[in-house]
Parts: sequence; structure tokens; C-alpha cells
Amino acid sequence: MDFWQKLLALDRRIIFVFVALALVIPLFFTAPPGFLKKIDISSPVKSLYDYVEKLPPGSKVMIAFDYDPPTTPELQPMAISFLKHCFLKDLDVIMIGLWPQGPVQAQFAMEMDILTDEKIKAKNLQYGVDYVNLGFQAGNEFVILRMGSDIAAAFPVDYFGTRTRELPLMKDVKNFDNIRLVYNISAGYPGTYEWVIFAGDRFGVKIAGGNTAVQYPHVSPYLQTGQLVGLLGGMQGAAAYEKVSGYFGKATKYMFSQAVSHAMVVFFIILGNLAYFITRGRKT
Amino acid sequence: MRREIPILIAIVVGFVYVIAFFVPHPPLNKFQDWGNDWIQIIAGFAIVLGVLNLLKVSLEKVYKKSQGWGYAVIIIIGFLIMTAAGLFFSGGKNYQNPGTPFYDIFFNIYFPLNATMFAILAFFVASASYRAFRARNKEATLLLLAAIFLMLGRTPLGDYMSSWAGDWQLKNISDWIMDFPQTAGQRAIMIGIALGIISTSLRVITGLERTFVGGE
Repeated sequence: MDFWQKLLALDRRIIFVFVALALVIPLFFTAPPGFLKKIDISSPVKSLYDYVEKLPPGSKVMIAFDYDPPTTPELQPMAISFLKHCFLKDLDVIMIGLWPQGPVQAQFAMEMDILTDEKIKAKNLQYGVDYVNLGFQAGNEFVILRMGSDIAAAFPVDYFGTRTRELPLMKDVKNFDNIRLVYNISAGYPGTYEWVIFAGDRFGVKIAGGNTAVQYPHVSPYLQTGQLVGLLGGMQGAAAYEKVSGYFGKATKYMFSQAVSHAMVVFFIILGNLAYFITRGRKT
Repeated sequence: MRREIPILIAIVVGFVYVIAFFVPHPPLNKFQDWGNDWIQIIAGFAIVLGVLNLLKVSLEKVYKKSQGWGYAVIIIIGFLIMTAAGLFFSGGKNYQNPGTPFYDIFFNIYFPLNATMFAILAFFVASASYRAFRARNKEATLLLLAAIFLMLGRTPLGDYMSSWAGDWQLKNISDWIMDFPQTAGQRAIMIGIALGIISTSLRVITGLERTFVGGE
């Protein structure tokens, strides 16, 4: 067995080691100058940013945290940069989750990144007045349908056990008619697909999405039809929103690592094809 | 009667939900709200049922010493620890509040373990890409090229590598792949699925489809 044949039958553990190095090493280095400038702000990202920019202060924005820890590296930065944008624009934020661990993700974002930010601290945000976390509710798309008539009926108590109707922010919020935008951050079912069908199409509320890179192609057709105001896809989408909103967080940092690892995978694909063509037709 | 009553419920609820979609006025919308409340309650109980079923299956596995019973032991221990932490050691606070043992275990153990499981996928995807993306024929070559364009075009690296190429930059090629062939294919799949859902739903609410209550 010559070199190329050995390469063709390369032990997958060798690939694992190279991919691990490509992922980990860039995390210890700063991206080269100009790298951040090259992060592309796609039109779905820009349109979401523009929509939020145009909302008057005091507008109610709902964020549905429909994901759990496995997809945190991709989706949490989307939540953080969007939350920061909303609070800096003085928008009122209602957080919910159709995934059991979604509201916990919302709490993590608030405690670790939002309430510790100097610019946000200056806003002196009050729970119940400027933002609420209504927690998790089982029932998937039927919860969305119920919210269409009465949000407090779908979420009778918040994350901390306070009655939803007693929260000052929720006093003027009956249903989707009082919400200017629903931003769904999702890693699967229920997710953006369900929000578009059961909230956007049924009740006319504006929907935007933040999805994993794997999920993005499934919901991107809704962009061309105008059923989505905007859409962030994967780490790239999260980094683009950070860039457009002027806040450089984890997504921007991780992009360098992702770029190097992608290059490594492409290198292996090319190497594999080279070995395939060189050894093709040979008898082993 | 065990089959007829569930079928009758499905027919009535199905028709009311369809009509309420187009005529969202009383009494249909009230009926729909009532139905949605019921679904939320049932879904809540389904979660409890699911957890108890997992516990039952795990206990059986340990009792019978079936293959992989060691993992079942971990499930049972994890279940007991989390339940006890949430119910008895929250110090009068909501168990989800920062500082409670439940919160600490969730954040420091469950969270990184769960994230690690998903992160491992990256390595398998890389290894699978190495073996699967071979230019064996026309279709495989197209798939291979699309993968390379997307992997490079979706990161700033693509910009570095192709900034000289004008309109043919990797970023533009990957955008074109996503906006046209991908969207067209995805839309075809979505329309196909929607038609399938409509035909199956029609069969259920007209009583023709009865497999959901068991039997043929």
C-alpha cells in the first residue's frame, strides 16, 4: 500500500486531531487585522437590524428562546446581541420558551451578558417593567395559537412564579396585536417554521428568526416571500448582527475559529479527492 | 366505543379548528381557546409521563442487566439528584433561581455535558466529509463543489481568498447557491410535505384514517 492508498484509508482519529487543533488554536489568538471587516452583513441580517432600529421606544418585542445548551455557541450570541440592541433602543422585551430549557437560556443571557454591560447598566433596567421572562409552556404550536387570543392565558405565571397579569409590562399586552416583533431563536421543533405559520400567517404579527446553520436552509424560503422580517443563520449570522449593531461578542470571536476549521475540512476533502483520482483504477 | 369516541373527538375538533382558522369569531374561537388550554394541560402531563417512563425503562434495564445498563444507572442517579435538588434544597426560593443547587448543577454539569455531545458532531461531520465528498460522478461532484463554496463562502476566509474575483467571489457564489437552487429545492419539499399533511388531515377529520386509534 503506497502513500496515496494509505491516505485514502486515513484513520478518522487523525482527522479528529487536525479538526480539534483547527478549532482550538485560533481561540487563543486574535483574528488578523481586517478579518472582522470581512464579516459579511447579509440582507436578512440588515433587514432585521433596520426593523428594530425603526421601532419607537416602548414598543413590545417578544423573544422566543426555543433552544437548549447544545446549540448555545451558535444561538446564544444571537440572543445577546439582539437583547442589547433592544434595550439600547428602550424597547420592552418579553421572553418566553417553547423548549423547557429556553427560559433558562434567557436568564443566562440576562445575568451574564446584559445586566453586566456598562451601557445597559446605565439604563437601570427593572424586571417586570422593562423586561419579563414568562418561562416555559408545554404545547408547542398550540401555545402560539393560545397567545394569539391571550398571552396571559398561555403563560399564567412568569419564570419566578409571579402572576403574568400582575407584571406592569404585561398590563397593556393582551395578545399579538400588542407585539411589534416576535424574534424566534430556534434549534428545531418548535421553532421559526411554527412561528411563521401559527403567529405570522394566522395573527399577522411580524416574525424574525435566528437559526442554527443546519436549520437555516429550512426556513430561508420564508425570506423571499416576506413572511420573515429577517433571519440570522449560524455563527456567521450571529457575528453579522454583532457587527451591524456595533457590539463585538462571542460570535465574532468564534468566527476566526470556525473559518480555520472550515478551511481544514476543505483541505481534507481536496486531499481525499486527490488520493481518489491518483489511486483510481489501481489494484490494491 | 374505545375506537369510536376518539375518532368522533378527532372529527369534531378537526372541523372546528379548520373553520375557526377562517372564521375567528365566537363561539368557534372560544372553542379553540378551550381546546388549546386542554392541549397545554395534556402536554404538561405528557412530559411527566415521559420522565416516569424513562425512569421505568431505566430501572428495568438495570434490573435485567441489559446491554448498557451502566448508562441507565447514571440516568437514575441524575434523575434523583436533580429532583431532590429542585424539591428539597432550594432554600425556599424558586429552584431555577441563581444560587440554588439545581441551578448550579444545571449550569456547571448538565450545560457543558450537553454542549459537548453536540460539539462532537463537528468531528464526525469532518470525517464523513473526507470520505463522502468524492468526485465519483456528476452529481457527487456538484455536491462536493457546493459544499466547498458554502464552507468557504460563509466565513470571512472566502473573502480573503477571492476578493480579486469581482462578482465571482466565493461569498456571491455561496449566496447564489442558497438563494436559488437551495431555496427552490427546499420549497418543493415544503409544498410536498404540506400536501401530504393536508391529505392525511382530511382523512383523519373525515374519519377515513383510523390508524391513530390503533388497529388497521
